[in-house]
Amino acid sequence: MSGSEKLTSLSSELDLDRPNLEDYLPSGSSIQEPHGKLRLRDLLDISPALTEAAGAIVDDSFTRCFKSNPPEPWNWNVYLFPLWCCGVVVRYLILFPGRVIVLTVGWIIFLSSFIPVHFLLKGHDNLRKKLERFLVELICSFFVASWTGVVKYHGPRPSMRPKQVFVANHTSMIDFIILEQMTAFAVIMQKHPGWVGLLQKTILESVGCIWFNRAEAKDREIVARKLREHVQGTDNNPLLIFPEGTCVNNHYTVMFKKGAFELGCTVCPIAIKYNKIFVDAFWNSRKQSFTMHLLQLMTSWAVVCDVWYLEPQNLKPGETPIEFAERVRDIISVRAGLKKVPWDGYLKYSRPSPKHREQKQQSFAESMLRRLEEK
Amino acid sequence: MGNTSSMLTQYDIEEVQEHCNCTFSQQEIVSLYQRFCQLDRNGGGFISAEEFLSVPEFAVNPVSQRLLRMLDGLNFKEFVAFLSAFSPRATTQQKIEFIFKVYDSDGNGRVAMNDMLEVLRDLTGQFISQQQREQVLTQVLEEAGYTKDSFLVLSDFMKVSC
Repeated sequence: MSGSEKLTSLSSELDLDRPNLEDYLPSGSSIQEPHGKLRLRDLLDISPALTEAAGAIVDDSFTRCFKSNPPEPWNWNVYLFPLWCCGVVVRYLILFPGRVIVLTVGWIIFLSSFIPVHFLLKGHDNLRKKLERFLVELICSFFVASWTGVVKYHGPRPSMRPKQVFVANHTSMIDFIILEQMTAFAVIMQKHPGWVGLLQKTILESVGCIWFNRAEAKDREIVARKLREHVQGTDNNPLLIFPEGTCVNNHYTVMFKKGAFELGCTVCPIAIKYNKIFVDAFWNSRKQSFTMHLLQLMTSWAVVCDVWYLEPQNLKPGETPIEFAERVRDIISVRAGLKKVPWDGYLKYSRPSPKHREQKQQSFAESMLRRLEEK
Repeated sequence: MGNTSSMLTQYDIEEVQEHCNCTFSQQEIVSLYQRFCQLDRNGGGFISAEEFLSVPEFAVNPVSQRLLRMLDGLNFKEFVAFLSAFSPRATTQQKIEFIFKVYDSDGNGRVAMNDMLEVLRDLTGQFISQQQREQVLTQVLEEAGYTKDSFLVLSDFMKVSC
């Protein structure tokens, strides 16, 4: 698929964001293998590489994953505008204060139970853990109530069995809260600054969380070790991992990191899909802080989503962890109606490794040398 | 068409269309403008090299550095003119002119063997030795009637491509 075809389809794709993703996969070699003796015109003709570059400039499958599409304005005439204004008044002046009250009450109940339980039951670990789990589930339910969350859970609830991890697609940090209100998972998260970091350090420690830092180089091995240790432990909470490694806009999935799939345990996929009519739950961390994101949710009508607990998967004989990860990504994408994209989510923060470019260079060099042989 | 507004007026669109010799329709120009604003994250009115390289599909392309030199600091009008060679309405002449510009990095209107070697190096990387590249290039140049010291101008490119 060449860049010039992308430009023709520009006008037809204007309003509808329905890419044919096969077209956007980077082609490993040129469209048709040129034959015949190598001539000057063949060496000078760099148009395949140029069209690919132009195609990437005009549209690329990676940027699409992180685009938050603003909702179509519908309040553009005389009678719709007042309706919309009424809506704004209800949302900001009635719903929002109500929700803040609910959340405050929830926090009061939570803190007044959590702090005593945490300190007084130091000796009785089993009971303490049970109560703390229940309390974390409770505060998450309060959070969900504060956005008028309508969450439909499908499938059997996660069971507390050893040697299993849960993986889900990632749209926002609220994914974690929505899943946590049903089952107290232990989760692996990026350490955040501010009040979120404080919560992470204090409350989430009690359900057993693992921290990673994207910026550190050696981090991956340390995290892999921590993951393994957690899964081996018998009375740790079930582990929830978001293998995409970053928030994606709930229309696409980026490549899954293989870390969760090489722990030698069962992987239980969870698919989450938000209904955008009510609110766009994608947290574009480049555009807003988490606080702003929460405020946006609390001033919308509702957060409506579906959560599917899917069939546990195991590594098939002869399958590599990467293939396993892709298979599970397939399962989740199909269930939640997301399109797959062949890019690593971390490219949001860093450049692609030179080996992709080297692959292209290699295939061009080989084709050139091959044609030299032909006389 | 200042950098602060993200709305194009009809005048702006027509100006851009004229500048690119009508290789894009007005709707396409609007689309390209949306894309331009999407890539130009800091709203400076032009897309910096960093912002181009944040598109992984572009960053892995072997000729991306050469194109970046041509794309650096372009405002929207020039951006559309740059892309005009890739429009399906572009003539073969426009396409060949564009390829010539990619080769002619110093813009003096002449492409020497050195320029051709550099592009070949971008495309083949470390998978062919410099010596081999020189050899191949000399060979095909001579077959086409040039020597390794010749300078190619635009008309030579046209002749060779047809």
